[in-house]
Amino acid sequence: MPWLSTLIAVPVVGAVGVSLVKSDKLAKQVALVVSLVVLVLTAVMAFRFDPALGAAKETRFQFAEVYNWIPAFGVHYGVGVDGIALVLIALSVILVPIVILASWHDADGTGAAAPPKRSVKTYFALLLVLEAMMIGVFAATDVFLFYVFFEAMLIPMYFMIGSYGGAQRSYAAVKFLLYSLFGGLLMLVAVIALYVIAEKGTFMFPELVGVIQDPTTQKWLFLGFFIAFAVKAPLWPFHTWLPDAAAQAPAGAAVLLVGVLDKVGTYGMLRFCLELFPDAAKFFTPLVITLSVIGIIYGAIVAIGQTDMKRLIAYTSISHFGFIALGVFAMTTNAGAGATLYMVNHGFSTGALFLITGFLIYRRGSSQIADYGGVQKVAPVLAGTFLIAGLSGLSLPGLSTFVSEFMVLLGSYERYVVPTVIATTGVILASIYILWMYQRTMNGPTAEKVKGLPDLDARERWVVGPLIVMIIALGFFPKPALDMINPAVDHTLSNVHISNVHITPAVAEKKGAGQ
Amino acid sequence: MNGTTITSPTIEYALLSPMLIVFGAALVGVLVEAFAPRYLRKSIQMPLTLLALVGAFVTTILTALNGLPERAAAMGAVAVDGPALFIWGIILILAFVSALLINDDDQFVAQAAAVPGSVDEEEAVRSGFAQTEVYPLLLFAVGGMLLFPAANDLLAMFVGLEVMSLPLYLLCGLARRRRLLSQEASVKYFLLGAFSSAFFLYGTALVYGYAGSVDLRAISESLGSVSGQQTLLLVGIALLGVGLLFKIGAVPFQAWKPDVYQGAPTAVTALMASTVLVAAFGALLRVFWVALGNLDWDWRPVMWGVAILTMIVGAILAITQTDIKRMLAYSSIAHAGFMLTGVIATGAAEQNSQALSAVLFYMAAYGFTTVGAFAVVTMVRDAGGEAGHLSRWAGLGKRSPMLAGIFAFFLLAFAGIPLTSGFFGKYAVFTAAVGGGVLPLVIVGVVSSAIAAFFYVRVIVLMFFNEPAADGPSIATPSVGTSAVVALAAAATVVLGVFPQPVLTLADQAASALFIR
Repeated sequence: MPWLSTLIAVPVVGAVGVSLVKSDKLAKQVALVVSLVVLVLTAVMAFRFDPALGAAKETRFQFAEVYNWIPAFGVHYGVGVDGIALVLIALSVILVPIVILASWHDADGTGAAAPPKRSVKTYFALLLVLEAMMIGVFAATDVFLFYVFFEAMLIPMYFMIGSYGGAQRSYAAVKFLLYSLFGGLLMLVAVIALYVIAEKGTFMFPELVGVIQDPTTQKWLFLGFFIAFAVKAPLWPFHTWLPDAAAQAPAGAAVLLVGVLDKVGTYGMLRFCLELFPDAAKFFTPLVITLSVIGIIYGAIVAIGQTDMKRLIAYTSISHFGFIALGVFAMTTNAGAGATLYMVNHGFSTGALFLITGFLIYRRGSSQIADYGGVQKVAPVLAGTFLIAGLSGLSLPGLSTFVSEFMVLLGSYERYVVPTVIATTGVILASIYILWMYQRTMNGPTAEKVKGLPDLDARERWVVGPLIVMIIALGFFPKPALDMINPAVDHTLSNVHISNVHITPAVAEKKGAGQ
Repeated sequence: MNGTTITSPTIEYALLSPMLIVFGAALVGVLVEAFAPRYLRKSIQMPLTLLALVGAFVTTILTALNGLPERAAAMGAVAVDGPALFIWGIILILAFVSALLINDDDQFVAQAAAVPGSVDEEEAVRSGFAQTEVYPLLLFAVGGMLLFPAANDLLAMFVGLEVMSLPLYLLCGLARRRRLLSQEASVKYFLLGAFSSAFFLYGTALVYGYAGSVDLRAISESLGSVSGQQTLLLVGIALLGVGLLFKIGAVPFQAWKPDVYQGAPTAVTALMASTVLVAAFGALLRVFWVALGNLDWDWRPVMWGVAILTMIVGAILAITQTDIKRMLAYSSIAHAGFMLTGVIATGAAEQNSQALSAVLFYMAAYGFTTVGAFAVVTMVRDAGGEAGHLSRWAGLGKRSPMLAGIFAFFLLAFAGIPLTSGFFGKYAVFTAAVGGGVLPLVIVGVVSSAIAAFFYVRVIVLMFFNEPAADGPSIATPSVGTSAVVALAAAATVVLGVFPQPVLTLADQAASALFIR
């Protein structure tokens, strides 16, 4: 069975179906059912996935399908997953039904802060199209196909922000699109040059690994890819579009934007920047690590200063993306696996934060922190889940993000002691911005306008519940995910030809001390 | 003396049949205008025009299937080779599509000779006259477009250029509404066009002075053998280049484009923006590759400059436009720049055929999208005609989501977003350019693509994210022809964006043998 093609096709067919049905209500139901079908299919596929096969070159990508698409350009429709891609696809397909359920009324034009009535069907159709593209971008094993998905997925997100977002939506949508397009076009030059210089006549990723040998060429191509990914991720100083886009997007779209779309950037660094241009990656590592650490601290400090909840969460994400990039470029198994797991965990914890904030904003009609206070008393479930999601954001032990952040810091410490130490302060800053936001909105005397706000209803509990379960489950028992990720990261690092330090923490300390 | 026998010129009628059909039908059209009663004219002209275009297309395909000739036809005056046939095919399809758009009486003046706003005009309008001369004019222009890129000597090329241009000058002045603007466009186009033709002719004369022939192959051969007259040659080339680049609308010869595109009836603009560009690129490629291919060290630096300027100026000036047709005109200038990068990407024979195939594919992709976009423009109307000003397009996505969606799709194709034809066009040209070692041009191209994306996106923002004006434009119920045009263009944009391989293969085959000499 062509698993991945099915996964891509089902949401597309679903999107067509959603746009054809008569009533809005039916459209939502169809969208939800389709996304659940995709989730079930992915789950079945994940159980059939064999992590042990990831070590060998031939079986690295499982469920692989390769067809000629455009022979004139050497382009294939090539899909397949290794552990890294699989967990990210899993993240996407888990988030989509949650987002659909959470966005149930977002396009209706009801609620205090809701935008004027828009086409409901279009919103859910766009969501499903986006889901197909998110699966496609992680599954692509052809560099060109990856690029096509990478660029094409901007369009549904652009319309979701621009048509359904907040007051400044069209500014935010255009900024988002132009930043991403510009990065993407630089990548296009690099993609073309990669094809021409490699002289392989193919874009299949496995055949391109290790082909570019000349160091100067590697550096230029690396930059072409890296800048695109750094804009997407976003790394400091390419980040300015994210707070605008995330703050203006409807909560559901913001979850997918920050939770999944931005992960394509860090995923691209891990998969393409490291493996295709290993020497250049090593050459640029000091630069990237510097940017990452700046991003960690900068994102956290600016987050503390925010007065808008959605912008605050967006800035925390910039800080978190710094951690992920740090983990990717530390090039140790611990850090790489930690970074990959971080991508997943961040998707859940930030997703939960955005959605719960969205529910709160939906009730009160404002995203300003100052407009709230004492929500805990009127809506205890909302406040409680918000706290859990927030604590996961600041990496409290026992919650999922802690595992990945710890792994990243541990793995990075093996090679880069000083940057890691600086990065660790980001953890402290995180507790400031999260707890302070919680204190100002949820604790204290109940603000006048907040009185009488209803607590989470059944639908909203079904939205938040699974996310909290995931956060706690991956916090206590990350092994299933790590079992999938580790062989894939090992394989990646072996292609980078780096003297890997796959070691226990004790040894790691010793090595770190020796540097 | 007795030994001289005069051989009568041989004409390969079969090879030239597409042109002959079009010109023949144009002549019949003129006769119809002269002899058929007014009420019958349209019902004769329309089918005649469409049939002629279809017939020409069919014979083009038959010629291609019969295998390509080794030598130029008509005593070396016309080269019916792979690229020429491909270009003919595109031109004929696009002309057919544009003719469907022209089949909409509302766009053309009732009586061209009437002074705008005069009693004559009112009478002409009241009596329901329609300017059916449009059809034969169209056919003459198309005939010229077929000759222009296929001409194998400079004089035949000049004839093609004029036959193509003169009817277009007239057609530009025939808009039914905003007639003064239309007539101004017509005069501007005519004057500047005449200038550029003069440049071309002067260049031809100088090159003849150098090479002793106007035949492209003979010019190419003379490059190595004639010495001491470099000035003549270089000035000649420069003047030829001016003439050709003018028709393309490359910077610094672009000034006419926005005015003419804006003033002309939109159906004619659609025709010009697609087919003239294709024909002119065919001619440019032929002159610079066949006749001057060995001189590329001399002309490439200049072309570099022109291409860079064209891309950047086109993209930047488009940002400041407030009229949809002017914006599309500047976008067309920027796209001409992208295609020029393909023209410059010469090298070894294999490289040349790759670059040629890329440019050919780009022409097909761009042509369809352009016709589609202008077809949409014809449908968005105010009380006084088409709603040209961009502010009138605000909120169109809510009034007419389908139409706005299709237009947004065309704009995304212009911007080169993947899964549209525009993306593969750009990709093909840029790949050829990187292969031909002109990476800096590609980087400029990419930067100007990003700039260009801004104004395409701006229109999408206007249509979808802004609230509609209370007295906003109405969407005309499209005629069958117009809907067919939009549907066809959208289909071509999707198909070329998802399964470009068949057309790429066709372009590869057309380009594999390059131009015959």
